[in-house]
Amino acid sequence: MLLASELSYGYSSARRNVRSFTLDHVSITVERGSLTGLLGPNGCGKTTLLNLLSGVLQPEHGHVSLNGAPLAGRTRRDIARHLAVVPQETHPAFDYTVMEMVLMGRHPHLGAFELEGPRDLALARDALAATGTEHLAGRAYMTLSGGEKQRVVIASALTQSPEVLLLDEPTASLDLGYQLEVAALLRRLNLERGVMMVLATHDLNLAASLCDRIILMRDGRVVAQGPTRDVLTAASIRRIYDVEADVSFHDAAGHVTVTPLRHVQ
Amino acid sequence: MSPLRQGTLDSVAATKTSARDDLSRTVPTPIRTRLLKTIVGFGVLLVVTCVVAPLVGSSPLNFARVFDRSIPFSDNVDAQIFFIARMPRIVAGAIAGAALAAAGVVFQALLRNALATPFTLGVSAGASLGAMLAIVLGATISAGPFSAVPVASLGGAAIAAAIVYRLATMQDRAMSTTVLLLAGVTLNSFFSALIMFVQYIADFAQVYRAIRWIMGDLDVGSFDPIVAALPMMAIAFAMFAWLPSSLNLLSIGADAASARGVDVGRTQRLAFVSASLATAAAVSLAGPIGFIGIVVPHLVRLMVGVDHRLVLPASALFGAAFLVMCDLAARTLLAPLEIPVGVITAMLGGPFFLWLLVRKG
Repeated sequence: MLLASELSYGYSSARRNVRSFTLDHVSITVERGSLTGLLGPNGCGKTTLLNLLSGVLQPEHGHVSLNGAPLAGRTRRDIARHLAVVPQETHPAFDYTVMEMVLMGRHPHLGAFELEGPRDLALARDALAATGTEHLAGRAYMTLSGGEKQRVVIASALTQSPEVLLLDEPTASLDLGYQLEVAALLRRLNLERGVMMVLATHDLNLAASLCDRIILMRDGRVVAQGPTRDVLTAASIRRIYDVEADVSFHDAAGHVTVTPLRHVQ
Repeated sequence: MSPLRQGTLDSVAATKTSARDDLSRTVPTPIRTRLLKTIVGFGVLLVVTCVVAPLVGSSPLNFARVFDRSIPFSDNVDAQIFFIARMPRIVAGAIAGAALAAAGVVFQALLRNALATPFTLGVSAGASLGAMLAIVLGATISAGPFSAVPVASLGGAAIAAAIVYRLATMQDRAMSTTVLLLAGVTLNSFFSALIMFVQYIADFAQVYRAIRWIMGDLDVGSFDPIVAALPMMAIAFAMFAWLPSSLNLLSIGADAASARGVDVGRTQRLAFVSASLATAAAVSLAGPIGFIGIVVPHLVRLMVGVDHRLVLPASALFGAAFLVMCDLAARTLLAPLEIPVGVITAMLGGPFFLWLLVRKG
């Protein structure tokens, strides 16, 4: 279970000349095996919350714990053995092959001078197979399509053997076909491997189809959290996005769908 | 992608075994084999270069005679020329080449920019200013293996590196690569302006000496300057040894590296300090010899791929061999006239750099 309690975080605005923003006493609970959606408008603190959950940022107040053990004070290496992150896009500076990218996921499990061994290679091949990218192993990462790249990055995260996968808008830059492809992959990994996932997204229908629980955020606070059908309602969408929407159960899709109608003040 | 690299990867893909089978096996893994092949291959190249290069010169030497143990060393003129007159220059070229090429690899990963060089961040401009001041002020003090010009160039390099480091880490514990690049480029022009000013007010003979130094020069007459540079080189290379796998992750992105367990701030500091140290030591020994730090890493990547665990050691070995070969060309092409080695590397490196730039676009 991934638990965040009373997390607060603020960027020092005076120095960096950016809009000051604070995450204000955010508490969330992600149950074991859950696929939780994190929704909210731009700048509401989704990415900051993910960075706090992954330990990349340290909270000013509050703490994050995974299975009862707090993250604070643990090394990056130790945390990375349990938690993996999939960003929106990954742009390597050099022309790595898919296999090299995927094997980098083993980094937190290897000693400083240790080279990856047969077991690491087996895990990498396993992750490639799970994401349907085996045939790409020898290809250069940069030559892949957007959907293939995202699947490879997910494979790399899986190679970390994480209990938790944190995904920051993993489908935002993908076209419709790839969005569905990545969504299907995430659902399958969640079901088959029991990987706990937190998925930040702007795509309400993706969240509706994929997530068993939803966390709604606005202005650095959690507005609501709970099972998808309870939280993803016309009223809550209006509350966080100022958008009037039709939320109804779609028989063919098998989940609720959200149709935005108009922006309201 | 080079055919060589494709071949290695195909062999990786060909080893199809299930996870369970692999666990019980002890076959060497591809990276281990590739690392071994890389080090042996480039190591042999370096050794051959370092043995052949001193044989060539104004008085050609006989290989068999140089290594003939039956002739006493005091009577063996060939061996004396080989070991005493020519070897220091070869060794100086090898360690300067290794340091500059390895520093290039590290700076390229740190800045996430394949076109970065060891001189991008102003270390060499600082060194040049220091050396120039020592030459112009006529400083001739020396203590043991240390003499005024190399020490002054080290001082200049240290000041430049300290300024850039301070600027890049002012706002955060992690370095901003943008600030690093901007600060480095700005500092480079600032020091260049100071160098021009010093040139303008100094007299001709001094300016000629200083310019000759800036062109890069391996005319090392004894092992003293090498001994002076060696401790810094040793420290820099010991630090390099910790870096390769972290550099792989750093070149994916700072956040991605952090998420995979890399202490980004620590890695960046280690990379910056070690590469600056290696650059400063190389420049104090041989002057700011350009283009080694970009040509060599790129040639090596074409041969072994982009994994830093291979690129870093291969670049150090190949950089050493490359500079020794360039220096061989420098002292033989227009013999008895000697071309500054920096001119040779720049004439090879300039067009190569442009080719990289065009190919990238």
